[in-house]
Amino acid sequence: MSLLEIKNLHVEIEDEGKKILNGLTLTIEKGQVAAIMGPNGSGKSTLAYVLAGRPGYAVTEGDILLDGESILEMEPNERAAKGVFLAFQYPVEVPGVATMTFLRTALNAQRKLRGEAEVSTPEFIKLVRDTSDKLGISQDMLRRGVNVGFSGGEKKRAEILQMAILQPRIAVLDETDSGLDIDALRIVSEGVNRLRSPERSMIVITHYQRLLNYIVPDVVHVMAKGRVVRTGGKELALELEAKGYAQYTDEAA
Amino acid sequence: MPAVQETVDRVRQIDVDQYKYGFVTDIESEKAPKGLNEDTVRFISGKKNEPQWMLDWRLEAFRRWQTMREPTWARVHYPKIDYQDAYYYAAPKAFKAPKSLADVDPELLRTYEKLGIPLKEQEILAGVRKQGEPSQLDGDMMEGMRSSGRVAVDAVFDSVSVATTFKEELKRAGVIFMPISEAIQEHPELIKKYLGSVVPTSDNFFATLNSAVFSDGSFVYVPKGVRCPMELSTYFRINEQNTGQFERTLIIADAGAYVSYLEGCTAPMRDENQLHAAVVELVALDDAEIKYSTVQNWYPGDAEGKGGIFNFVTKRGDCRGKNSKISWTQVETGSAITWKYPSCILRGDNSRGEFYSIAISNGYQQVDSGTKMIHLGKNTVSRIISKGISAGKSQNTYRGLVTAHRRATGARNFTNCDSLLIGDQCGAHTVPYMEAKNSSAVFEHEASTSKISEDMLFYCQSRGMSAEEATALVVNGFVKDVLQQLPMEFAVEAQKLISISLEGSVG
Repeated sequence: MSLLEIKNLHVEIEDEGKKILNGLTLTIEKGQVAAIMGPNGSGKSTLAYVLAGRPGYAVTEGDILLDGESILEMEPNERAAKGVFLAFQYPVEVPGVATMTFLRTALNAQRKLRGEAEVSTPEFIKLVRDTSDKLGISQDMLRRGVNVGFSGGEKKRAEILQMAILQPRIAVLDETDSGLDIDALRIVSEGVNRLRSPERSMIVITHYQRLLNYIVPDVVHVMAKGRVVRTGGKELALELEAKGYAQYTDEAA
Repeated sequence: MPAVQETVDRVRQIDVDQYKYGFVTDIESEKAPKGLNEDTVRFISGKKNEPQWMLDWRLEAFRRWQTMREPTWARVHYPKIDYQDAYYYAAPKAFKAPKSLADVDPELLRTYEKLGIPLKEQEILAGVRKQGEPSQLDGDMMEGMRSSGRVAVDAVFDSVSVATTFKEELKRAGVIFMPISEAIQEHPELIKKYLGSVVPTSDNFFATLNSAVFSDGSFVYVPKGVRCPMELSTYFRINEQNTGQFERTLIIADAGAYVSYLEGCTAPMRDENQLHAAVVELVALDDAEIKYSTVQNWYPGDAEGKGGIFNFVTKRGDCRGKNSKISWTQVETGSAITWKYPSCILRGDNSRGEFYSIAISNGYQQVDSGTKMIHLGKNTVSRIISKGISAGKSQNTYRGLVTAHRRATGARNFTNCDSLLIGDQCGAHTVPYMEAKNSSAVFEHEASTSKISEDMLFYCQSRGMSAEEATALVVNGFVKDVLQQLPMEFAVEAQKLISISLEGSVG
C-alpha cells in the first residue's frame, strides 16, 4: 500500500467558490521524495494546505488517503499526530512564545493524541540542542518568540528544526527554497537530507530546479491548472529548467 | 522550564466549561439582619467588639455614603443594586477566633483544600499544625516552592478571617500579619494612623460603603528595615447567599522594608449577583517596597450572563517616602462586572509605581479596569503594562490616568496597553487620560489591538495542538510580560486560570 494516495481531488476556496484543484491524482510511496514543480497559480500551495487541513478550502470531490485511511475529516492536529507535517512557505510569528516552548508543546500534544507518554525534559533539551546545532540555530533563537525577528533564512531553518523534532512520516516542504541565499539553501537542504529515511516520505514543492540539486528527488511531478500533467525522473526538472512551463499550461488548457 | 509550558500541560487536565470553584460549603452561618442602616453598622462593629473610635469612624462613613451617588462613568451596565436587599455580615455560626487550626471547623478546611492552589494550603496548614517543632514537611515545601519560599496565608470566609498561618514565625521577624479586626484591638495606634489615610472615607461611593460596613480583611505591618521572610497571602471566598463581601486590607511597609503580598478570590455559582466592594490601602515609607499581586476569579456568571460577582474595588498605594516603590500586578479573570483601578500616589521624590495587568473577559463579562499614577514628587517614575483579552460577548475597557503635578519635575511614565480579541462579538476599549502640569514630565503611551489570527491558530494546529491548546499558547505569549511579574507559584496558577476562562472561546 502506498503511504499517501490523493484521488481525483477537487478543491475550491470557500466563500469565493474559486476552483483551484481539478481532479488531482497523486501517489507517494513510503520513503519516496517527490518533487512537485509548476508555474504560479497551478495549485501547489493549495495542495500543501489541503493536505495539512487548513480551514477555508472545500474539498468538493475526491479523497486523500494516508495508509489507506481518509484524512479529510480530520482536524489539522489529528493529521499532525498521524505524521503529516507542512513546512510553511511563510512561517507564522507567534510573539511571546519561545521556540523551545512551542516545540515542546507541539511534540507533547502529538504524543498525547497518539497515546504516548510525554517526552522528558532532559531528553527533549538534548534532542533540540543536537538538532539545532546542525542547522546552525543558536540557543538565543530558541529562546526568542517563534519566528519573531527571524530572517527569511532563519525562518526556513526553524521549520526544518520543527520537522526534525516532530519526525513526521510525510513532510510537505512548500517552497522552502524561496528567499534563501546559496549558503542557507545548502544548510536547509542538508537538514532535509538528514531526515530522509525509508520510513519517511517527502513532497518538495518548488518553482526552481536549483533546490533539486541539493535535495535529489526520486520522482518529479509537474502541476498545471490544478492537476498533475506529467511525471518523470529527476531529469525532468532539468528539462523544465531549460524549456519552461509554457507547454504544460497550454496542454492543460 | 518556562512557566508558559506548564500552563499548556495543565490545560489538558482541566474540565471544559466549568467554574470549578463554584461549590457551596454547607456551614450554618450567622448573619446580620438584612438591609443597611446605622444599626447594621453598629451590629457589625459590635460583633467585632470594636472600640468607640472605630464605630464612630464607620458611622461617619455611613452618613456620608447616604449622601453619595453610585458612579455611572464606567463602561459597564448592570441592573440597579438594591442595597437594602442584602446581608452585610455573615460568619460561620458560633464563630470564635480559632486559637489554632485544630479549632477551625474541618468543613472550612475542606473548602480551602478544594480551592487548591493559590495557597498550597495543604502543606501550609499542616506546617502550622506542627508549629514550634521542626517539621519534615517544612523542608520539603521549601524545596518545592522554589525561590520565593513559603507563603503565609490569611483566609477570609464570607466576613471573617478563619486562619492565619505562620503567625509565630512572622512575629519573630517583627512582621505583623493578622486579620484587621484583631489589629484594631491589638494595634490601635497603627490603625488610627494609617486606616483611611490613602483611601479616605469620603473617597468614592463604594469605598465609603466599605468604610461603613467592612467586616474583615488583612493587616500587615513590616517594621523598619525588615524584609518580610515569606510571601503573604489572603484568600477571600464568598460562600453565603445574598451577602456582600467588604474586606479591608491595610499594608504598611516602614522605612526600608519589603513585602510581597498576594490575594486570591473565588465564589460559588449563584443565580443572583453578589456585591464585592473591597478597599486596599498600601503605604510605603522611605526606601520601602510593596509588591501586591491579585489573582481574581470570582464567579463570572453563567453562559447567559446570569449571576456573577459585581466587583467594585478601590485599591490605592501611597509611595509616601522617598525612593519608595509600589507595584500592582493583577490577573482578573472572574466577576460579572469589574470596576477596579489599582493606583499609585507617587508622593516621595524618586518613588516608583508600577501596574501590570491581565484582564480577561469571556461570556457576558464586563471589565472596566486600569490604573491611576499620580506624580507628585520629583523624578517619580511609573510604568503601566496592561493586557486585555476579550472573548465571547464581553466588553473589556482599559481606563487609565497619568498625571504630573506642578512640582513633579522629571516625572516619567511609560504606558503600554495591548488588547487581544478572540472572536467577533466582543469589544476592547482604551481610555487613557494624561495630564502634565510640569513641562519636564515625559509620558509615553503605546497601544495596540489585535485579533488571534486564523493563520496563527492553523500554524499551531498543524504542529499537533488542538484549537484550545493553540489559543492558550498564543494568549500566554501575549500576557507573558505581565505573568513574569507574579511570584512563580502564582504565575502557574494564573496561567491555569487564563486557560479555564477562555475555554469554549474558539472553534
